[in-house]
Amino acid sequence: MSEARSFPGEARPNANGATSDTSAARLGAGMQAADIAFQVNGIPVSVSAPPLRRLSTILRDDLRLIGTKVGCDAGDCGACTVLVGGNPVCACLVPAASVAGATVTTVEGLANGSLSALQAAFLHHGAAQCGICTPGLLVAATALLARNPRPTEMETQDALGGVLCRCTGYRKIIAAVMDAGRFAEQPSHGSAAPHPPAGTFSPYSDGEKEEAPALVTASSQQGDRVWASPTPSPLRGATSPPSGGRGKEPSSASAHPSSPPSFGGEVVGNADRSGGRAHIRLPGSSQGEGQRQLDQPDRALDLRMPASGNAVGASPVRLDGIPKVTGGERFGGDSFPADALAVLVVRSPFHHATFAFGDLDAWSSAKPGIVAVFTASDIPGRNCFGVIAPFADQPALAEGHVRFRGEAVALVAGERAAIADLDVADFPIRWNELPHHLQIGEADLAGAALVHDNRPGNLLTKGLVERGDPEAALAAAAHTVTGAIETSYVEHAYIEPEAGHAYMDGDTLVVVACTQAPYMDRDDTAKVLGLPVEKVRIVPTATGGGFGSKLDVSLQPLIGLVALKTGRPAALAYTRAESMMSTTKRHPAQMKATIGVDADGRITGMVFAGDFNTGAYASWGPTVANRVPVHASGPYATPNYRAEGRAIHTHGPISGAFRGFGVPQATIMQETLYDELADVLDMDRLEFRVLNCLRDGSETVTGQRLDSGVGIGACLEALRPHWARAGAEAEAFNAVNADRKRGIGVASCWYGCGNTSLPNPSTIKVGISANGDVVLHQGAIDIGQGSNTVITQICADALGLPLEKFRLRSADTAITPDAGKTSASRQTFVTGKAAEKAGRALREAILRFANVSGEARLELQGTTLLIREGEAARRVDLATLEASADGLVFLAEATYDPPTLPLDAKGQGKPYAVYGYGAQLAELEVDLRLGTVKLLKITAAHDVGKAINPVLVEGQIEGGIAQGIGMALMEEYIPGRTENLHDYLIPTIGDVPPVETILVEVPDPEGPFGAKGLGEHVLIPTAPAILNAIRHATGVLITRLPATPSRIHAAIREKEARR
Amino acid sequence: MIRYAKPTTVDEALALLREGPWRILAGGTDVYPAQGSRPFRDDIIDINGLAELDGIGETETHWLIGARTSWTSLVRHPLPAAFDVVKQAGREVGSAQIQNVGTIAGNLCNASPAADGVPALLALDADVELRSAVTTRRLPLREFVLGVRRTALRPDEMVTAIRVPKGACRGASAFLKLGARRYLVISIAMVAARLVVERGVVVEAAVAVGSCSAVATRLPAVEGALHGREADASLVDAVMAAPMDELSPIADVRGSAGYRRDAARELVARAVRAAAGGGRVAA
Repeated sequence: MSEARSFPGEARPNANGATSDTSAARLGAGMQAADIAFQVNGIPVSVSAPPLRRLSTILRDDLRLIGTKVGCDAGDCGACTVLVGGNPVCACLVPAASVAGATVTTVEGLANGSLSALQAAFLHHGAAQCGICTPGLLVAATALLARNPRPTEMETQDALGGVLCRCTGYRKIIAAVMDAGRFAEQPSHGSAAPHPPAGTFSPYSDGEKEEAPALVTASSQQGDRVWASPTPSPLRGATSPPSGGRGKEPSSASAHPSSPPSFGGEVVGNADRSGGRAHIRLPGSSQGEGQRQLDQPDRALDLRMPASGNAVGASPVRLDGIPKVTGGERFGGDSFPADALAVLVVRSPFHHATFAFGDLDAWSSAKPGIVAVFTASDIPGRNCFGVIAPFADQPALAEGHVRFRGEAVALVAGERAAIADLDVADFPIRWNELPHHLQIGEADLAGAALVHDNRPGNLLTKGLVERGDPEAALAAAAHTVTGAIETSYVEHAYIEPEAGHAYMDGDTLVVVACTQAPYMDRDDTAKVLGLPVEKVRIVPTATGGGFGSKLDVSLQPLIGLVALKTGRPAALAYTRAESMMSTTKRHPAQMKATIGVDADGRITGMVFAGDFNTGAYASWGPTVANRVPVHASGPYATPNYRAEGRAIHTHGPISGAFRGFGVPQATIMQETLYDELADVLDMDRLEFRVLNCLRDGSETVTGQRLDSGVGIGACLEALRPHWARAGAEAEAFNAVNADRKRGIGVASCWYGCGNTSLPNPSTIKVGISANGDVVLHQGAIDIGQGSNTVITQICADALGLPLEKFRLRSADTAITPDAGKTSASRQTFVTGKAAEKAGRALREAILRFANVSGEARLELQGTTLLIREGEAARRVDLATLEASADGLVFLAEATYDPPTLPLDAKGQGKPYAVYGYGAQLAELEVDLRLGTVKLLKITAAHDVGKAINPVLVEGQIEGGIAQGIGMALMEEYIPGRTENLHDYLIPTIGDVPPVETILVEVPDPEGPFGAKGLGEHVLIPTAPAILNAIRHATGVLITRLPATPSRIHAAIREKEARR
Repeated sequence: MIRYAKPTTVDEALALLREGPWRILAGGTDVYPAQGSRPFRDDIIDINGLAELDGIGETETHWLIGARTSWTSLVRHPLPAAFDVVKQAGREVGSAQIQNVGTIAGNLCNASPAADGVPALLALDADVELRSAVTTRRLPLREFVLGVRRTALRPDEMVTAIRVPKGACRGASAFLKLGARRYLVISIAMVAARLVVERGVVVEAAVAVGSCSAVATRLPAVEGALHGREADASLVDAVMAAPMDELSPIADVRGSAGYRRDAARELVARAVRAAAGGGRVAA
């Protein structure tokens, strides 16, 4: 399933060219299978497989041990790390033949009856966010701890340097590994421990219907440590299973027993305790479809479950945490039905080309196992999707004309083995390459070829905010500074490439895939496939990182088309290269700005112009063009202001949403100029910011008066002691070092939470079930950031019942109302507010039912709801109440949409109801002779209004900082050149310094419990703080990002030459 | 149907190689990434069954590194201090996961300009033992790696060992690798240096640079400038003044040509200083 195979130029010749055209040779072109016997997690297994099949494939597809993740298939990300003979290796680089007779340990083998000390430490520290890299990290760290139970930080980093994580910023991982020894000392409780409902789950199973693989059978019972049915390859056998019963639908009465908890509980050696019960009851248990409930893990791990009414502000272990450390979590590629057709996407090797197909039928019919080829002409609906309907312009499959490298042109669907062995070098397509332009400077020239005929000048759209008279203000300013900054394409580089499967459930198309926006997926998929929206059901899996790119549909319409047309399930996991070339990026920006101050150092005016390379299709380009002008002032009072943002089409990768929607780029422009202004004024750089920052009562550049909740001053002031300490340390270091210089830098952020002046409601449904659970339809997709936990905490306190009573249902569009997209730092604020309202409404309903006052306290005891008021107590036997179709006896639903006002032609209005604020201090050291930067520390003060879950807030901050570090120092995506994770560099565990988080809580009157969003805020100040610190250390400002050693060195040399 | 063979003796492997073209699979850390998700279409000899090629041994005259020896095995094997340069390089190859299976010979055969093993082994005057069913030949490493992804390996041959003459196993050595991040680095530039200092004077110097030319190269002029010089701070001056005409760096996403040239010189100075002082310095 590789785009690479779609490039004729890259095709390798067949070794047996003479026979490769015969159909017999075609299926047999692969390698003869051999029986390979080895041990996995102490269990002897035997598979029949081609000897060069990757061990990762053997584990996942043949043995269905899906805890081992595949992130790159090239040894670049380490997600597939397993132990062979006790040594960590990348399973994607190990031929099956090499494990014959060997012992293999996967993440499923770590929890030997109870969580390992390391797994417990990961949960305790919040070291897993999305969880996709967690198995690899756990396995690599297990090898380290086996030989060194008390590793130093450096030893930990050395051992884990080969595993990339994009969410956490690594600091909590380091802490967990170094702390694991402490958990090892704690005795396990054993099964005698009470089992209070832990309120934890993985919510991603709702409605998902899957076939039980043959591997684990009923004979895998207590004491039976041999896999009963070492079926050679369930996937290769996909043609033969009877497709009766539910027909093509991958269905079964039981849930997916291959999910690792069942291995952990039933198969992998711990079946002799607690009757072989797994820690995690699977869906279909008494909890009802779509719910999972964890028993208390045996390890003495304090889940930190708060008492009733104390959930907000507590840091319970994330409610969906346990499957993330056991390997049990199911991401987009982890639940493919055994009989699914595999789908291969043929993609453009050119930035710009027209194309025509040859005889597709002849090509596919000559290949046994290939079921069909689909092109744009097969698309039944409107072949045009996009996240912002008026700008929708992207075909699911190109119609004779491709506008960027990696654009999909055709789908090949076939049996899994046939697709795996398919070389599409001879795919019948004729390309006619056309001239392309990849840079803004080429695309917006007069006469430049248009990417879209209806968009003159290749201008997608522009946004403007104007206030006062900026020219007059700058002319009258005591000082002005002017600068220009250019940034690069930045790739999201989540470790989970897009993956999912689709199947028909009657006349409803079901798409089971990773996503950030299920309802948007539903609507775009329905549109492309010509289905009514109610005939498309999106079942989100766990999502292994998103950061904005998984807001847009990727494979949903593609696998949907195959399922719709063939009637068979269709499955697809993007390769790393395919993910990188075909999905969205952060917009490259070319920005100019001038800022003026009066003699006292107060900002008087600012003019900003930013051009954003939006690539071939619209995606979120309009959002960037509009968000940037609103935010380019930074959180500073700027009375006279003009900012224009333009989104310009090129034939580059599609630029879309990436944590901050252009604001991180614009902030680099503004914050680096602020340092220059402070220098001109001979003011302290931090105090200059304190002087100018927005305060309660300030008006923003859109004329919005901020009456309260403005926390930027508090953030900057919180940095003062750190700034003084860091400055003194840098000065002392620099006094005695010539070739290395230290510098410190500061930068701020503000960011409006939710859509810009557009509705973005969230709806939350919550109820009490007849069996005494609080059932929360948690529609805010958790891509690792923690909404499963945070939304529940908010709802719990609004309702007045303890967190542990909650059971979550997922954002499945068939069962859960729309809580909007996970984007724009809106979930804690908007969905949180809806959860608060729904929780209060449910409470009201119960109180009314019981005819008690608002002072009453609620309590759930089994199936009894206790309502206490003073000395009186009313007992409600829930089992006696009439239940709704989904089993709820009390039910509330609430919707919240932030109150905003439209922006007028000058960008004046109230674009956001809530803003969050932050400021970060970067300390670093520059090697002047090599241009390398060593980060020493980041101190981050963020005003989150109210930290609903402080540990999760810290995790967001550390992770955002890591992405800011990458953007500042190393990340530059170049189409055709960096389509992998060794040429495209993201920070490793050795690249993120210690982070000190200062939580500032200036409550916002609009947010739930005062909370503000923070997901994007946390990334914004990092890059400018680093650039300012580099300038402080070296005297040079890097104006072209990333600030690679090469660029820093060149700037230093240039400065020396000027002397 | 393509062929797959996993011989258990070198002679068996060589007999197969004589029959026709095969692709050799060892650690797999380059083969699989190059393959991507395309199906294999070459006949493959999997040499992971050749126990005789795994490990490090010695003769009167040479240290022998078997072709299947992994980086981890080499790093853990007790060896003279002169080998530090190779061990330090080994610790920088990809990640621990890569080092555990990736082989030193494979690193040479892959012939990447950024191969970590090449400059380090050049600094040890290593040669490469190539065997076919009919002959055994030994090529100095610099004659084995011919260009980008190009070696002197003939279709009927395989590398069976890397040999380091004991005469070159003298002195102290250091390896420095420069990248834009801490781990999983493909180098912008890297330097290996080995110095033999007797009575305070450099009597032997071996300096090699990688990632700054199609094939990593020794720097004879730098070595000449160091030879006979007192092992003090003046070594750095000598490096800074010496010609490095062997380098022909390219500009790419990792750095400009000019940067590579400057950085290589700086790294050489630091590596020489480290080798002279016996300590490690940061790149």
